[in-house]
Amino acid sequence: MEQKKSTKYILIAISVLFIFVMLILPLFSILFSALKEGFAFYLQAVTTEYVRSALLVTLLATVIAVVVNTFFGIMAAWLLTKFSFRGKQVLATLIDIPFSISPVIVGLAFLMTFGRLGWTYPAIRAINQFFGTNIRITFALPGVVLATIFVTFPFVSREIIPILNAQGKDEEEAAALMGAGGFTIFRKITLPQMKWGLIYGIILCTARALGEFGAVNALSKTRGQTFTLPLEIDALYMSGTDTSITSAFAVSSILVIIAVIVLILRNIFEYRSKNSKGIQ
Amino acid sequence: MYVEMRDICKNYGNFRASDHVSFGIEKGKLVALLGPSGSGKTTLLRMIAGLETPNSGDIYIDGQRVNDVPAAKRGIGFVFQNYALFRYMTVYDNVAFGLELAKVPKKEIKKRVTELLELTGLSGMEKRYPNQLSGGQRQRVAFARALAPNPQVLLLDEPFAAIDAKVRTELRNWLREMVVKLGITSIFVTHDQDEAVEVADEIIITNHGHIEQMGTPMEIYKSPDTPFVAQFIGRSSIVEHYERLLGFDPVEGATHAVIRPEFVRMSRSEPPQHMSAAERGIVKDVIFRGNHLDVVVDVGGIPIVTERSLEKDPVEIGEQVYVLIYRLYIFDENQTYLVENKEMQEGEVFYI
Repeated sequence: MEQKKSTKYILIAISVLFIFVMLILPLFSILFSALKEGFAFYLQAVTTEYVRSALLVTLLATVIAVVVNTFFGIMAAWLLTKFSFRGKQVLATLIDIPFSISPVIVGLAFLMTFGRLGWTYPAIRAINQFFGTNIRITFALPGVVLATIFVTFPFVSREIIPILNAQGKDEEEAAALMGAGGFTIFRKITLPQMKWGLIYGIILCTARALGEFGAVNALSKTRGQTFTLPLEIDALYMSGTDTSITSAFAVSSILVIIAVIVLILRNIFEYRSKNSKGIQ
Repeated sequence: MYVEMRDICKNYGNFRASDHVSFGIEKGKLVALLGPSGSGKTTLLRMIAGLETPNSGDIYIDGQRVNDVPAAKRGIGFVFQNYALFRYMTVYDNVAFGLELAKVPKKEIKKRVTELLELTGLSGMEKRYPNQLSGGQRQRVAFARALAPNPQVLLLDEPFAAIDAKVRTELRNWLREMVVKLGITSIFVTHDQDEAVEVADEIIITNHGHIEQMGTPMEIYKSPDTPFVAQFIGRSSIVEHYERLLGFDPVEGATHAVIRPEFVRMSRSEPPQHMSAAERGIVKDVIFRGNHLDVVVDVGGIPIVTERSLEKDPVEIGEQVYVLIYRLYIFDENQTYLVENKEMQEGEVFYI
């Protein structure tokens, strides 16, 4: 028993120290650095034209990515857990691709697909000529949105799939036997089953979308137009003057605050999903 | 015949789950599909329900061929093995689900659900969720839910498998009463012969995807048609060289026999009757079984199991005893023969 106790305390000490040094300390130093020049400077720094534009782009890309990925995630999870078909395993693996590919490569891949040198460029140009429009994908908002979607692709489905797998197909079968159609079954049985996982997945997806840097960096080059918050922070920091570095920290603190909110939400929902009615 | 299977075959890949199965069930009967696991009994049930489609053969319910009728339109109620209750719905919503789908007016739904919950003894539990119920209560919700749309046939897949032993006996009686009261044709799947014998009007025994025998529990117990049934039903053990036992002549081609404890009588002193049929044996083992003892007696190298009441004076291992064997099921590959001990043909009536 003594032995076990000391092991426990050693493990706690290591974990706390590690988390403190690696995670907590850097985050707090951001907050401290952000307020180094005083609160007035902080407010000014986070409300410049560039930052407001970047915040807007970030939120837009995040909202679109979350909506698209939630829809897709639900469909994919539904398909992969409640139906059997040839190639199911391959499809399940393909969904995970964004987890294993570096975001920068994703950005470059979009560049080579939709950019001036990309193989779809003639088609895009033809459309633009025909409709008299000037749609661009790379180095424009669509590119930023696409990159964000790609990177946050698996989050929702990955959260739902294990939950649905654990619950089996029995209830669906029972409902079908009573004459329920596919959509009724989905709405009344499958959706309630995935509810908590879905909320959790959406939160994770949001957090990841807000912070995306690499893929967006490859596709977005215009500050004040297509820059997202992480890119704006990078630009501020790279410009190198004393005040711009403090500004970079100030803008970073926005993301840190959002991250903390997401963390709290995550914990609330994790707790509620464990204690919710009807989970056996 | 109310529910009828005609020459049904069903394959899963190379595995033949149903092999030319035919049987008929009369209206209002409670029938058990009994067999070891993997014998195809659940597949048969699911095909009747419409959850699986046979590769060939016809299924009839109430004289109508239902092969192409979707599951929901067959007029069946199904109780799943783990009940498959909708865990995010209350007891009330679970039972009402089928009625809502059928667009029954709200008032009537309420009336019907209340009636069913009363019938199943679940009144007052309307607002509970499945995880707030005991195993027995869940089963009754599943039962009420299956009955809600007034099905003509009730199908139950291992209805008692997930319930602990004590409640199980209670539920068996309850189910039997319910089914008799409602007069609904019911088929249930089980691998537990006690359950089948106790609950069912008729038993269908499956093995390797085909039907071994169909009949009342008594018929199946008393006259098993096939070697499989003889071994599967009752507390059967197999005897080689049965011809060495007193009073039994070898049957051509049949090398094995099945013996059950109730075919045997053991006594410490020489039996007053049938002296010529009495074998001597040595007690090999005495096993306490709760309400009786199992005594294993070695008769000329053949181990014979008998049951002994706890009220009688105990026997000890190594003791010499007398054994009377009334009958055997002698079997070859295709057939069983019930053979009475020829040394004791006169007198004594034996009953099971």
